[in-house]
Amino acid sequence: MEAQSITFPEGITLQCGETIAPLEVAYQTYGTLSPRRDNAIVICHAFTGDQYVASPHPVTGKPGWWSRMVGPGLPVDTDRFFVICANVLGGCMGTTGPTTVRAGTGQPWGKEFPPITMHDIVAAQVKLVDHFGIDRLFAVIGGSMGGMQTLTWATDCPDRVFAAMPIATSPFQSAQNIAFNEVSRQAIYADPDWHGGDYQAHGVIPARGLAVARMVGHITYLSEEALTRKFGREIRPGTMPGPNDPLAALPFGGMFQVESYLRYQGSNFTRRFDAHSYLSISRAMDFFDLGSEHEGSLSAAFRGVKTRFCVVSFSSDWLFPTSRSRTLVRAINQAGGHVSFVEIDSDRGHDAFLLEEPDFDRTVRGFLNGAARHAGLPEGRQANAV
Amino acid sequence: MRFDQELIASMVAPNSRVLDIGCGDGSLIGHLSQEKGCDAQGLELDMKAVTQSVAHGLPVMHGDADAMLADYPDDTFDYVVLQRTLQAVEHPRDVLRHMLRIGRSALVSFPNFGHWRLRWHLLRTGRMPMTSVWPTPWYETANIHPCTIYDFFALCEEDGYEVCRWMVVNGNRQSRLAGCSPHLANLFGEQGLFLLRRRTR
Repeated sequence: MEAQSITFPEGITLQCGETIAPLEVAYQTYGTLSPRRDNAIVICHAFTGDQYVASPHPVTGKPGWWSRMVGPGLPVDTDRFFVICANVLGGCMGTTGPTTVRAGTGQPWGKEFPPITMHDIVAAQVKLVDHFGIDRLFAVIGGSMGGMQTLTWATDCPDRVFAAMPIATSPFQSAQNIAFNEVSRQAIYADPDWHGGDYQAHGVIPARGLAVARMVGHITYLSEEALTRKFGREIRPGTMPGPNDPLAALPFGGMFQVESYLRYQGSNFTRRFDAHSYLSISRAMDFFDLGSEHEGSLSAAFRGVKTRFCVVSFSSDWLFPTSRSRTLVRAINQAGGHVSFVEIDSDRGHDAFLLEEPDFDRTVRGFLNGAARHAGLPEGRQANAV
Repeated sequence: MRFDQELIASMVAPNSRVLDIGCGDGSLIGHLSQEKGCDAQGLELDMKAVTQSVAHGLPVMHGDADAMLADYPDDTFDYVVLQRTLQAVEHPRDVLRHMLRIGRSALVSFPNFGHWRLRWHLLRTGRMPMTSVWPTPWYETANIHPCTIYDFFALCEEDGYEVCRWMVVNGNRQSRLAGCSPHLANLFGEQGLFLLRRRTR
C-alpha cells in the first residue's frame, strides 16, 4: 500500500500558542467509507507506533503492528468499517514533526520543534477526519498512548465519537511512567552524539542513547512472567568465554538472552525512530492528565459525553495497571456515562494488547458489533460470529 | 432466560434505562435491549461472565455492587435490578439505598430464608439448612446475609421504600397462593421478587 499524506497549508495552532504551518498528516486507510460516511474508525497508535496498522512497515518490512486485529473479517473488520490511522503529530513517519524541514529555513525543526500535547495530536487527526467529510466517527480505538488519544478524542469532540475503546491506558500519566520516560530521555542526552540536540547538523544520530531509551521501554512493556518464560536465565550460545579465553579475564561472563534481546530491540529501533520525536512525544504523554484540565475532577471531563466506552485492561500490565482503568471507569460512571469494562487475564504485561489474546479479540469484535447495532449500521457479515 | 428474569422483564417499562447488578451471562439486559428497546447495562463480579457478555455486544462492567454503586449520580436509571444477589453483598442495606438513589425504581429478588422447609430442617436436625435454593454448606456459602420476606418488608418500611409490587417465585412458576399475603409468602415462598420505589419526600 502506498504512503498516503495530506498537507494543510494553514497549519495548526498548538496549545502552547505557536503555529506550525504547513501541517502534513501521513496516514493509512483500510476498507471503504460508506456513502453515509458513518462507518469510520480512527485507530490511534501507541508512543513509538505509526500509521502502518495493518500494512507492512516501509522501513522494517514487518507486518502492520495490529495486522492480527485489523483486516477483512478480523475483529476490526475492514469489510465493514473504514479504518483511518494517522501518524501522530511530532512523529517521524511522515506527519509534521522534528524531522520535518521547517518552512523558510531549509533545516529540520530538530530541537526547535514546539512542545505538543495530546490535544494537539488529536487536533491534527480532527483535520484529517474533516478532510474525509466525516461528521461523526463510528469509533475511536487505541492502546497505551493510543488510549490517551482515544480519551482526548471523546472528551474534546464528544459529538463526533459514537464509541470509544481506550485499551491498556490511563486518564493521566503516572509518576512511575514519567520516571521511566525521564530515564529514557537522560539516556539520549548522555549520548556524545546528542550534541546538545544539534545531532542533525553534525550528520549523526544519538543511536546509543536512543537504543537505551528503547531498552527501558521494552522492560516496562513486558511482565516478569513474560521475561522469565521468554528468556529465563539462559545465556546466549557462544558468548560464554572458555577457560583459556582472554575474555575470561573480564569481570562479566557470557551474554544473557534477555540482554541480547534488549540490545537487538534497541539497535533496531534507532533505524526507524528519531530522538527528537521520541522526546517530543514522551513529553506529550507525561503532561497528559484529563482530570487536571477540569479542576482536578476527572468525572467533569466526561460530563455530557454520550460516547459508548469499552475500557480494557490486562491483568499483568504494570505500566498501565487495571487500577488506572478502574479510575477511568469510575469517573465515567460518576458522570452518568455509558461504559463497559473488561480486565483480560494475561501474563504478558502491557504488550498483551498487541498479541494473540482470544478473549481480547472477542471483546473488540463484540463491543464493535454491539455499538454498530446501536448506531444503526447495517449488520456485518461477521455480526453474529462472536 | 430464567423464569424469575422473565417476570422482572415484564415489570420493566419499554425504552427505559436499566442497570442490572450481578447480571451473570447478561441474558436479562440482552433481552431488555433487544425486545423492549431499553438502554440496559450490567455489573458483574465474575470476569469470565463479563468478557462473554461484552463479546456478545452487551454493555457490562466488571465490579461489585458494594464498591461501584456509590459512583453513579442520582437518578441515572429508571430501574436498578438486583437478582438473587442481595444476600451475598457485604452491605445489603447500603446497596439498596444506592439502588434507590441512582434508580427511580428497584427490582430485587432474593431467596427467602423463612421458607418452611428451611425452618423444619433447622428444627429437626439442628444443622444449617441445605436445599436447592441454599445449596452450599455454611463455611463455603457466599450468602452471608440471608433474610426472610418479613425481614425485607421490615427493611423497606424502615428505610422508606414503597413496595409497588411483590410476588413469590417457587421453582419455575409464580406462586399465586403464597403471593396472597406476606404471612403465606414468608412460609411458602422460595424467592421473593419486589418492585420498590422511593417514597416521595
